Amino acid sequence: MQVNDNKDFEPVIVAFCCNWCSYAGADLSGTNRLNYPTNVKIIRVPCSCRVNPMFILRAFQRGADGVIICGCHPGDCHYTSGNYFARRRMTLLFSMLDFLGIERDRTRVEWVSAAEGAKFAATMNEFTEAVKKLGPNRRLEDLRCKKQ
Amino acid sequence: MQKAIIEKAKQMLADGSVNRVIGWKKGEFAYDVTPAVFETAEEIDRDFVYDVFTSSNVSKYLVKETKKEGKVLVFLKPCDTYSFNQLVKEHRINRDNVYVVGIECWGKADIEKIKASGISGIKSITNNEGTLTIDTIYGTETIPAYEVMAERCLNCKSKKHVDYDELIGEDGEVIETERFDMVAQLEAMTAEERYNFWREQLSKCIRCNACRNVCPACTCEKCVFDNDDSGIANKAAADSFEEKMFHIIRAFHVAGRCTDCGECSRVCPQNIPLHLLNRKFIKDINELYGEYQAGADTESRAPLNDYTFDDCEASVVHERGVE
Repeated sequence: MQVNDNKDFEPVIVAFCCNWCSYAGADLSGTNRLNYPTNVKIIRVPCSCRVNPMFILRAFQRGADGVIICGCHPGDCHYTSGNYFARRRMTLLFSMLDFLGIERDRTRVEWVSAAEGAKFAATMNEFTEAVKKLGPNRRLEDLRCKKQ
Repeated sequence: MQKAIIEKAKQMLADGSVNRVIGWKKGEFAYDVTPAVFETAEEIDRDFVYDVFTSSNVSKYLVKETKKEGKVLVFLKPCDTYSFNQLVKEHRINRDNVYVVGIECWGKADIEKIKASGISGIKSITNNEGTLTIDTIYGTETIPAYEVMAERCLNCKSKKHVDYDELIGEDGEVIETERFDMVAQLEAMTAEERYNFWREQLSKCIRCNACRNVCPACTCEKCVFDNDDSGIANKAAADSFEEKMFHIIRAFHVAGRCTDCGECSRVCPQNIPLHLLNRKFIKDINELYGEYQAGADTESRAPLNDYTFDDCEASVVHERGVE
């Protein structure tokens, strides 16, 4: 793992947030006036299991340095079981990315409910710091998508 | 063995119980045997072959063949029956239209290994109880079969037929193998080493799509990779990202359904060890969600179509292996 010394590096974080819990959690952290980094770009999805493994790879291709998937806590899924399926899928995908040598701190799954505005802000702060330490995404980048 | 198979095929064609036979056809050389559909006894007499090179898994051809008129006779090796069973389970094969004859298998030879051992100009090969007698234009050579056996056959997971209507030869047992050893070795490397290993391997990819086309688990009518807008439909990768994306997604789409037949690695013209990606998923599934062999039965739920309330969290990846 390389440690980035560049203090100016600002990572791009893509957060897939489920409409029913985490997206509302993000909203709550805003109405509570809690800070979380502007690096985080939220993409709203109907359910955490809507996240296709391709979305994650695509995010890295288009310049993301970290991808986080947020959904309802297990047992609280709006569609009963979506997050259980997502959990298996993401575990296997992250394990495969790790197998290919991609830094494991670039991906994360976190369960954030609609009432956990503080947890959302804390998670994003922490994840952004972790990715910042890793430095720019080099192992899953697409040079054609880089800004000149 | 070949004689018994040919007789069975001709007899079933003659009495009208089947209209077509799926098997293997002789190629120009002894080692380029291809899967084929036979419709007449003459064709079978002329071309049908079953030897050390009939390694292709013909179960995938049944997806199309069983949709046609009439019944199909198919000869399946033990590992092919797993793929067959998996396809039946996914309702891709109409089981009523197939007559399955399970055939005994002693492991198949890898022509690359034979060539690497310095034998060339091969005219014909015969298997004699574990010894291959190779007739070449320079004379006759003998070599122990296990020395030139394909990797997947050395790590054969089962000699047992999981589904058949009739058997030729004997049925064997499920075998305990060390097929995950190579995956474990890679897992024990550092992330840097793993990255370099896969970059070296995957950069050889010419995107011929052979691994996808041959895979008995890949039977979608329309594949994500055929989408021109996918950005990865190029013939050759324009960026190293594409080859990683293709291979991650290819392996992911068959995760939990891959029977580990090893066809992907066999057909790869660049000899990329693609089966390691599939085995990584199988190994993870076995370790995290309980032992599962795709194709072993037609009732169980695939691991990715199933869940339990106390599955591990994705952060388990952080706790395993080397960083």
